[in-house]
Amino acid sequence: MSGFAGAEARADGPLKLAVPRGALLGETLDLLDAAGVDTAELRGDSRSLIFETSGMTLVTMRPSDVPTYVESGAADVGITGKDVLLEQVDRLVYELLDLGFGRCRMVLAARTGADRLGEAQRRLGMMRIATKYPRIAERYFESTGRQVELIEVKGSVELAPLVGLGDGIVDLVATGRTLEENELEVREEIVECTARFVANRVAHKLRAAEIDELTAKFREASA
Amino acid sequence: MIHPIPPGTRDVLPDEMRELRRLQRALVDVFEDRGYGEVATPAIEYDEVMAVGDGRSARSYRFFDESGELLALRSDMTVPIARLVATRFPPSEAPHRLCYLGSTYRAVLPQRGQMRELVQVGVELIGASPAEGTVEVIEVLEAALDAAGLGRAVIGLGDADLYRQLLEELGVEGEAKESVLASLATHDLVGIEEKLSEAGIAAEQVQTSVALTQLRGGSEVLEQARGLGGAAVERATARLSETYEALERRGVADRVQIDLGLLRDLGYYSGAIVEVYDPALGHVLGGGGRYDGLMKHFGVDLSAAGFGLYLERLHLAQMEESRRKGEAR
Repeated sequence: MSGFAGAEARADGPLKLAVPRGALLGETLDLLDAAGVDTAELRGDSRSLIFETSGMTLVTMRPSDVPTYVESGAADVGITGKDVLLEQVDRLVYELLDLGFGRCRMVLAARTGADRLGEAQRRLGMMRIATKYPRIAERYFESTGRQVELIEVKGSVELAPLVGLGDGIVDLVATGRTLEENELEVREEIVECTARFVANRVAHKLRAAEIDELTAKFREASA
Repeated sequence: MIHPIPPGTRDVLPDEMRELRRLQRALVDVFEDRGYGEVATPAIEYDEVMAVGDGRSARSYRFFDESGELLALRSDMTVPIARLVATRFPPSEAPHRLCYLGSTYRAVLPQRGQMRELVQVGVELIGASPAEGTVEVIEVLEAALDAAGLGRAVIGLGDADLYRQLLEELGVEGEAKESVLASLATHDLVGIEEKLSEAGIAAEQVQTSVALTQLRGGSEVLEQARGLGGAAVERATARLSETYEALERRGVADRVQIDLGLLRDLGYYSGAIVEVYDPALGHVLGGGGRYDGLMKHFGVDLSAAGFGLYLERLHLAQMEESRRKGEAR
């Protein structure tokens, strides 16, 4: 075969993996350990954001920043939640693998027992929904033929219906405890989300061997 | 005083302009040397002309003129040139070799750093035989990349018909087919798997189809693809291997990566398609391929191929590459 073996030599430096901080971090590190990537330093209490390990560079960031870094090529590959990918659906990243962990549901929730949602729909023809995921919510209500007014909030969205900002919320639920504690209940399930392994378009082509190897290890470890 | 310009557009000042002009000149010289004459077309076309290529994409700018005609800013250079060739050149004089340098326009999503106005530079070869045409266009593309100083750039070579035919073979049709193709275009492997399973495809076939999208590399991937089986795969690999062997004979296959997962987002491509990458840049530099069906829409049955590169991205890659060389010294 002529030539393309040279592609590996073309790549610059170690492969950069965007690692999500927050809820997905623990299982992401377990997955990396299982794939033979040393995460000891990252598990320590270092304030660093970048870690060199096992021939790779681990870059830590908020899960919602992962698509941005990966799309631009600042990170070659990354791990983030499907909820993030659905919300930033216009980011061009390759979704290579469902890692299976970090399982949670995107739901429509409202105050337990009360029928504010139905009443708003009936008498006003429209529900007011508070959410951190306006684009997922917009697509969902559009696809189910309902008109809503979406109110985007950044912090604890459970607060909104309790004080009268909106009739319900669209949010991510893992155990449902937060909802319960705030006297909210799930009314409709929109989509189930898990952690995904994503790659930059160009890196996927030019660092094919490394990325395929990592994908295979992740597949094995998450099976 | 600050006088803003619309997001996604920009001014070019002399330092950058000088470099852009140098790059443009180097590229157009390569094209002219190989017999590709430069043409210019209007930035505004009738919408029905542009719609032949983009199928009235939501991303193009349309407006009415003073007499109520629906016009569109060109979102692409290939369609206007196809129109020009059909209108201005007698088919008997084919093949036509043309090159261009011009701005294209598409709507963007806000806050994304995307450009509404993009300068594209490239060639169209209309009326040459398919096999020779593809090879010639890739050869010109390589010369252009060299002229731009992008010695490390890689050309991905794929087949636009592979998945359409594969899905037909599997009996996936209508909406389900479009939906799988959409997942393919964005390379959402998890989505492809889900959608194929929903369409009632057996697990083993699903795995094979997904594995196929991941095959990229030298000629060995053609063997691996054949191993996955099926008539559609057989036909696509035969076409790809013919092109690749011709490139090898001309000694220009070194930086070509065969990629069975390649899919261009423009509907008019058929057969061989290409995409261009440079390791210094996370974005695709450009692409192209065969568009044998497009000329028919303009009443001329000629096979055709071409490529377009984004001038600003080439410039950016050029800068990154020269910085890298500087560091290595």
